[in-house]
Amino acid sequence: MSLRRFFRRRYWDEERARELEAYIAQEIDDNLARGMTPDQARRAAHRRLGNPTLIREDIYTMNSLGFVETIWQDLRYGARLLRRNPTFAIVAILTLALGTGANTAIFQIVDAVRLRTLPVENPDNLVEIRVRAPHGRTGSFMSNRPMLSEPLWKRIRAEQQVFSSLLAWGSANWNLASGGEIRPAQGLYVSGDYFPTLGITPAVGRLFTPADDVKGCAAPGVVIGNAFWKREFGGDASVVGRSILLDGHRLDIIGVAPAAFTGVDVGRVFDAAVPICADPIFRGPRTAIDKPDVWVLAAFGRVKPGVSFDQVLAQLDAISSGIFATTVSPRYNVNDAKEYQAFKLYATPASTGVSSLRGAYNDPLSILLAVTGLVLLIACANLANLMLARATAREREIAVRLAIGASQRRILRQMLSESLLIAGAGALGGLFVARWFSGFLVSFLSGDGGGTRLFVDLAPGWRVFGFTAAVAVGACLVFGLAPALRATRASLQSAMKAGRGMSDTRERFGLRRGLVVLQVSLSLVLVVVALLFVRSLRNLTHLDPGFRQDGVLVAHVDYRKSGLTPEAIPGFTRQIVQRLRAIPGVDGATQAFTTPVGGNFWNQHVVIGGQEQEGNVNFNSVGPGYFQAMATTLVAGRDFDDRDTQQSPKVAIVTESFAKKYFHGHDALGQSFQVVMEIGQARPMIQIVGIARDTKYSDLREPFTPLVFVATPQDAEPDVFPNFVIHATTSLPSVTAAVTRTLAELNPALSVQYQTVRAQVTGSLVRERLMATLSAFFGGLAVLIATIGLYGVMSYTVARRRVEIGIRMALGADRARVVWMIVREAALLLAAGVIAGAGLAVAAGRWARTLLYDLEPWDPLTIALAILALGSATLLASWLPARRASRLAPTTALREE
Amino acid sequence: MPRRGRPPIEGDMLQGTLDVLVLKTLAMGPAHGHTIAHAIERRSEDVLQVEHGSLYPALHRLEDRGWIASFWGTSENNRRARYYRLTPKGRRQLQAQTTRWDEIVRAVNRILRPASE
Repeated sequence: MSLRRFFRRRYWDEERARELEAYIAQEIDDNLARGMTPDQARRAAHRRLGNPTLIREDIYTMNSLGFVETIWQDLRYGARLLRRNPTFAIVAILTLALGTGANTAIFQIVDAVRLRTLPVENPDNLVEIRVRAPHGRTGSFMSNRPMLSEPLWKRIRAEQQVFSSLLAWGSANWNLASGGEIRPAQGLYVSGDYFPTLGITPAVGRLFTPADDVKGCAAPGVVIGNAFWKREFGGDASVVGRSILLDGHRLDIIGVAPAAFTGVDVGRVFDAAVPICADPIFRGPRTAIDKPDVWVLAAFGRVKPGVSFDQVLAQLDAISSGIFATTVSPRYNVNDAKEYQAFKLYATPASTGVSSLRGAYNDPLSILLAVTGLVLLIACANLANLMLARATAREREIAVRLAIGASQRRILRQMLSESLLIAGAGALGGLFVARWFSGFLVSFLSGDGGGTRLFVDLAPGWRVFGFTAAVAVGACLVFGLAPALRATRASLQSAMKAGRGMSDTRERFGLRRGLVVLQVSLSLVLVVVALLFVRSLRNLTHLDPGFRQDGVLVAHVDYRKSGLTPEAIPGFTRQIVQRLRAIPGVDGATQAFTTPVGGNFWNQHVVIGGQEQEGNVNFNSVGPGYFQAMATTLVAGRDFDDRDTQQSPKVAIVTESFAKKYFHGHDALGQSFQVVMEIGQARPMIQIVGIARDTKYSDLREPFTPLVFVATPQDAEPDVFPNFVIHATTSLPSVTAAVTRTLAELNPALSVQYQTVRAQVTGSLVRERLMATLSAFFGGLAVLIATIGLYGVMSYTVARRRVEIGIRMALGADRARVVWMIVREAALLLAAGVIAGAGLAVAAGRWARTLLYDLEPWDPLTIALAILALGSATLLASWLPARRASRLAPTTALREE
Repeated sequence: MPRRGRPPIEGDMLQGTLDVLVLKTLAMGPAHGHTIAHAIERRSEDVLQVEHGSLYPALHRLEDRGWIASFWGTSENNRRARYYRLTPKGRRQLQAQTTRWDEIVRAVNRILRPASE
C-alpha cells in the first residue's frame, strides 16, 4: 500500500464510488437489453454487485495505515478526554509550558553565549593567544578584551610557526555625530588578516586585506557591520565610496560585512571596523602602536593542519622568553620589568569565539539552567501525580477494556498518546513562552547596562528546538509511562470488583506521596535560592554607599574638536562649571575624573615618609563642590576651593579607610604623602587637607577601600574628556536639555553624553537583579506547583477516606479532629520534604556563594523564611480539602458505599 | 480480515485465485470491471460465480501492487468506465501464478487420484 494513496484516501474513495456507479449503469443497460423493466433491471444490477458501501469501506481500509490510523484515533480520544476535564488539561499544559519554556529560554542564551561556534570558516582550529601573568600586568588597558599589546602582537605573528594565519582586533567606542550629544558606534580595530583568516566574504564591496593594514596608513577606509548598514544606510548597495564620520574623522566605506558575522566577541556587535594602523588617527599621541605597556589587542591563530594543540602550547611557551625579554616598556620600573619578562604565552580553544558575557554570566546562567531544570522536574513530578490520580480514577474503565479483549499494548499506547498530547501542547506553549522570555532576558541584560549594546542571536535554531523537544518527550515518558504501566498491570479482578477508589493500593499511594515529598523538597531549594538572591540584592541596594544616588547627572564631554589649547582648558572648564551652577534647579556642579561605579579606574601606590606602601590606592580627581554634589560628608578639614591651583602646594582629601590604614588612627589631617611616579619624574608632596567618609569606588560589592581625592585644578595635564557632576532638585531630563544648550552656547563643537548615577548603579547590578527577579519568579512558580500537587493529593486522600471519615463523625469525632487528621498527614509530608530540601538547599546555596553579597548560603533566617513561606502555602492547600472533609454529612458518605 | 500490504496468505485460495483470474482476463486486452466480472463467469462456463462487488477490492489491490494499471475510457455502449490493463510486472506475475497454480493442481490431483494401476 502506498503512502500516496494514504494521503489521498478521500480521492480514491470517490474514484471507486464513480467506478461502482459505472458498473451499475452498465449492468442496467445489459439487463434492459435482456428485456427487463427498468425497475427490475436496476434491482437486479444492485443485487449482482452487492453492498457498495461495504466494498468502499473494504477499499478504504486498504488505503489506511493501521498504526497511523489508530494513533490518530488515540489522539482524538485523548483530546476529547482532556476537553472533558479542562482543569486538568490547563494545569498540566501550563506547568509544562512554563517548565519547558523557561528551560528553552535559558538554554537559548547559554547556546548563543557559550555553545555556538562562530559563523566563520573552520572555527574548530581557531585558538586565542593569551598571556599568563601570575602577578597581573602593568600599564593601561584599553578595549573590551585587552590581552596583548601591539608590539607583542607583531612579534608573535613574526616568530610563530604553528599557525597558518593569525588575526588581532581591539575595540573602541566612536562618536558618529559632529557635535552636541554623542551618537555612539561600536568600533573595531582589526589586523589586515582579520577577515581573510576567518574566511569572511563581504555582503557588499570588499573587506580589509593585509595591504590595508600598513603602518602609518593615512586614509584607511572603513568596513561597516551589516546591521549598521541596514540601520544607517537602509541596506543601500551603492554605499561603497560614501563616507562616515567617526570621532570627527571622515572615512570612506569600502565594504559591508555579511549579516551572519558580527565579530568574534559574542554579544558585542561591531558597527564599523578600521585597520589597526588607523589607531594614531583616532588616538593621536595616546596611540597604542609601539607601546608595549598598552594592552589593547586580542589575537586568534588558525592552527596549521597536522599541528596538535599541545604543539601550539609548546611553541608559544618556547618563543615567550625571547619576545618578552625584548619588548619591555621603558616606562616600567625594575620590578615591573622583572615580572614582565617572566610572562608566558599560551592558547585556549576559540571555536566559539570569546565573550565578556561568558565570564560575567557563566555562573548565573548555569544556576538559572539548574533552577529551570528543577522547575521542570517539579512540574513533571506534579504531572506524574495528576496522571496517577487519573489512572486510578480510570482503573475500572481500563479493566473493562482489558476484559473485553483490548491488548495491554493498545491501552498503553492510548494512555501514552494522551500524555504525548499534553507534552506536545506543553512544548508548543513552551516555545512561545521561551520566545517571550528570552527576549525579556536579553533586554534585561542589555538594558541600562552602561551603554554597551548587547546582541545575542536568538533565532530558534535546531539545537534549541531539539532541547525543548527532548525535554518534552522525556517529561512525557516520565509522567505518561509510569501511570500507564501501573494501570494495565493492576489485577483485573480486584479492579472490576472494587468500588470507587477502594482498589487503591498502599504502594501506589506511596508513590504519590513520594512525588509530593520530592516536589516539596525541590521547591524548598528553589525558594531558599530565590530568597538568597533577593536578600543579596536588597543588601546591595540598601547599603549606604557613601554617595548620593538620586538626582545626580553625569555629563561626559569631549573637548577634542573644540579647538581649545591645553592652556585654555582649565579656564574653559571653570567657565562651564559656573554656567552649569547657574541653571535653575541645579544646586551643585563640578568636574570629576570619575563617579562612583562609573567605570573608570585609577590607582597608584603611595609613599609615606619615603616608604612605598603596600597595596593599590584608588584615586579620583575632583573639582571644588564635589563632596557637596555627591552628598559625601567631610568629617574633618576642608573641601577644595579656589586656593588650590597649579601654583599652590598639592593637596588631597582622603577617606577614613585611607587614614586608618596608612596613619593608623593618628590624625591624618595635615599629614603628607607622595605618589609613585615613573622613573625620573618628580614626586611632589601632597598634603591632606580633608577627610571624607568612606565611599564606594568602582563596585558596590567591594568593601570600602582607601581612596584619595586630588584637586582637578592641580592636575598636571588638562583633561580633554572631562566629566561634570551635576546635582539638581528638579527633573533630570529638563536639566539635561539645559546642559546641552549651555554647552552648545559655550562651544558648538563639544560632544556630550549623559548618564545618571542612579543608572550607573542600576547597570552595575544587572546580574544581581536578574538573578533575584528570575529566581523569585521560579521559586514562586515552584511553590505554586508544589501547592497544587499537595492539594491534589490531599483532595484525593479525603475522597478516598470519605467512608472512614463518615464513620468517625458518626461515632462522634468533631470537625476540628477531622481537620487535624487530614492536616497532620499533609504536615508529615511537608516535614519530610523540608528535611530533605534543607540539606539540598544548603548544598545549592554554596554553589551560588560567589554571587551573594553580605550573606552566607546557610543563612538561618533565609532558610527559616523559606520554610515558613512554603509551609504556609502548602498547609493552606491541605486545609481546604480538610475543611471539606469536616463538612461531610456522615449519612451521605455512608450511603454512598 | 487479512492484513493489507502483504502478499496473499498461503492457502488463502479464493483470493489468490480471483487475482490470477483477473490477470488472465486482462492478458487478452484492457477491460473494465463489468466486462471482467462477466468474462470470468462466461469463460468458466458459469462454474465460478464471482460476486461482482468483491472484484473491486481485488482490482484495487492489484493496481496497488502495480500489476495492473487503470484509465478512464468509454465503454461499448458509450458510458464512461474505468479500464484496466496488464502491466509488464503483472504479466510476469501472471506467468508465475499460472505455474504455481499448475503445481498445486498437479499436487492435489496426485493426492485425489493416486496412480493406482
